Amino acid sequence: MVSPLVCVKRVVDSSSEVVLTEDAQGVDGRFAGFTMSAHEECAVELAVQVAAAEGGQAAVMTLGDADAVEQLRAALAVGCTSATHVVADSQGFGPADVAREIAAVVRDHEAAGTPHQLVLLGNDAADSGDFQVGIRLAYELGWPVVNGVSNVSVADGEVTASGSGPDGHETFRLPLPAVVTVLEGGVQPRYPTVPGRMKAKKAPVEERQPVATPAGPSRLRLVLPPPSASSVQVLGKGPEAAPAVVDLFEQLGVLP
Amino acid sequence: MILVLVEVSPAGEAVETSREAVTFARDLSAAGGGVPIDAVVVGEPDDALVKTLATYGVRRIHALTGAAYDAYSGAAWAAGLMAVREKAGSVVVMAAGTSRGNEVLAHVGARTGLPMAANAISFHGLSPFTVTRQVVGGAALEEMQLAQRPAIFSVAGHAVEAKPADAPADGELVLETPEVADADLVARVVSTDEPEPDLSGALKSARVVVGAGRGAGSADGFDDLLELADLLEAPLGVSRVVTSLGWRPHHEQVGQTGSRISPDLYIPCGISGAIQHWAGCSSAKAILAINNDPDAPMVTKATHAVIGDLHEIIPAINAEIRRRRGA
Ligand SMILES: Cc1cc2nc3c(=O)[nH]c(=O)nc-3n(C[C@H](O)[C@H](O)[C@H](O)COP(=O)(O)OP(=O)(O)OC[C@H]3O[C@@H](n4cnc5c(N)ncnc54)[C@H](O)[C@@H]3O)c2cc1C
Repeated sequence: MVSPLVCVKRVVDSSSEVVLTEDAQGVDGRFAGFTMSAHEECAVELAVQVAAAEGGQAAVMTLGDADAVEQLRAALAVGCTSATHVVADSQGFGPADVAREIAAVVRDHEAAGTPHQLVLLGNDAADSGDFQVGIRLAYELGWPVVNGVSNVSVADGEVTASGSGPDGHETFRLPLPAVVTVLEGGVQPRYPTVPGRMKAKKAPVEERQPVATPAGPSRLRLVLPPPSASSVQVLGKGPEAAPAVVDLFEQLGVLP
Repeated sequence: MILVLVEVSPAGEAVETSREAVTFARDLSAAGGGVPIDAVVVGEPDDALVKTLATYGVRRIHALTGAAYDAYSGAAWAAGLMAVREKAGSVVVMAAGTSRGNEVLAHVGARTGLPMAANAISFHGLSPFTVTRQVVGGAALEEMQLAQRPAIFSVAGHAVEAKPADAPADGELVLETPEVADADLVARVVSTDEPEPDLSGALKSARVVVGAGRGAGSADGFDDLLELADLLEAPLGVSRVVTSLGWRPHHEQVGQTGSRISPDLYIPCGISGAIQHWAGCSSAKAILAINNDPDAPMVTKATHAVIGDLHEIIPAINAEIRRRRGA
């Protein structure tokens, strides 16, 4: 039996305009709304699949403010069965701080008799893009880690994980316990069903405090890139623009 | 000394993003009064690679050789990189912001307990050493301090243009076989399948890419777009919505979580130009946006645009190409 833990983060949905907080330390999500990263949606799906195949349970955790429970419930609605919420303002936590808090949850769950042999995370968070929490977690726990894979399966105490590498599709096989960070693209995250959503609403969430004071990220400030002045040349409207388009192709020398 | 991890293609060449990272290292070196630049490569490089790196200003090329490096393991590469750094005493350890580069540097960060900055685009100051890096998929920039030594950071793709140095270095090759602990070899590649032909590789190297987004309307809405791609001998690149809806396969996705492309011409049709998509296509030399919304970010950022329904415009373009060819 393998009961994976999947780690998710509440991030601003940055598909629309990005606005910074007044202190320039974070992205203001008041207008844009919040989501979890695409990589983590796939990690949740893989955790649920591994648990189902192995007769275990998938647990989800997050470190974030009170509202981050929304992302936990989103994972509960698609098949995770328990949730842990380290309640803290994640902005004050650097990658090493987050890794330490996840490791504490892993150790405490093991001590409580519900061990996780596999921890899945997103390869990089959609907001901070640090690329390191999974690897730092692996060092905290003394477990092996593979990164940026999009398929994960477990059999006979081993994880097989694969994804595209610079030289082709790469496969890794490593013993449990292990940490795996996931890149989107290998699985299709499922949509929550109505009963799934109802169940997630009522599911208990274990709340806890951080085990240590964060040292913080090494961030000075965020800035927005300068807006580029539009210099678009409109070739026309509708099908009448076709000759101008093909002229452009000829001009750029791209017509074979 | 500045130590740069240089990735080598299966053909034995320094990949472009690594040459960009070395170019970035040269700017850093110049600002620091001419600090020498060393490179670390995995496997024994041929003469041509040593020569290329020398033309980029690399003083010494440390090649990690031995069985521990035969199959990729992020921990083993990091162990080798750190062994070279300890011997040579570098103040900066850097790489290209690729999956390998970020992964190996994250191992170095975890092993040293030091912060690592992913995807830097420039340095901001030398003391304290501060880099500016891309966050939120490039929609925002972060100024991040790397005050301790070594400063560990990766360079975002296309943050600088790869350029040989004005004065080449001598480029001495040093073969190294640092020991790697068994624990660092546990998570290594056990097999690599050749990339399937014509998947995202074709997209990344194409001169022209035809893009398609939600505006295609449905899985059946791609016929005209595919015909245009065919006429231009171009691959199709799509937005994430298209792959999420299962209209097209994931390897066609362009963007932050898809391929980064840099064609001479990108033709995004029915794509709004969300920052995550833009992250993958902003290096296109020219962009012809076809969209029914004149205010869509893709249109305002493009070099050229046609406003209207792609289902009317694309067949007209296809017909015009065929007409000029006399077909
Ligand atoms: C962490 C994360 C990672 C992401 N990674 C990626 C990524 O790698 N790649 C990516 O693409 N997205 C990515 N996204 C998603 C991204 O934010 C957008 O949601 C997505 O790019 C939008 O796709 P779209 O432009 O096709 O659709 P929409 O935003 O819905 O835009 C459709 C456009 O088509 C136009 N249109 C509609 N009908 C027609 C018609 N008949 N003719 C002409 N124009 C028409 C509309 O005016 C509109 O501009 C990511 C998001 C997150 C949160």
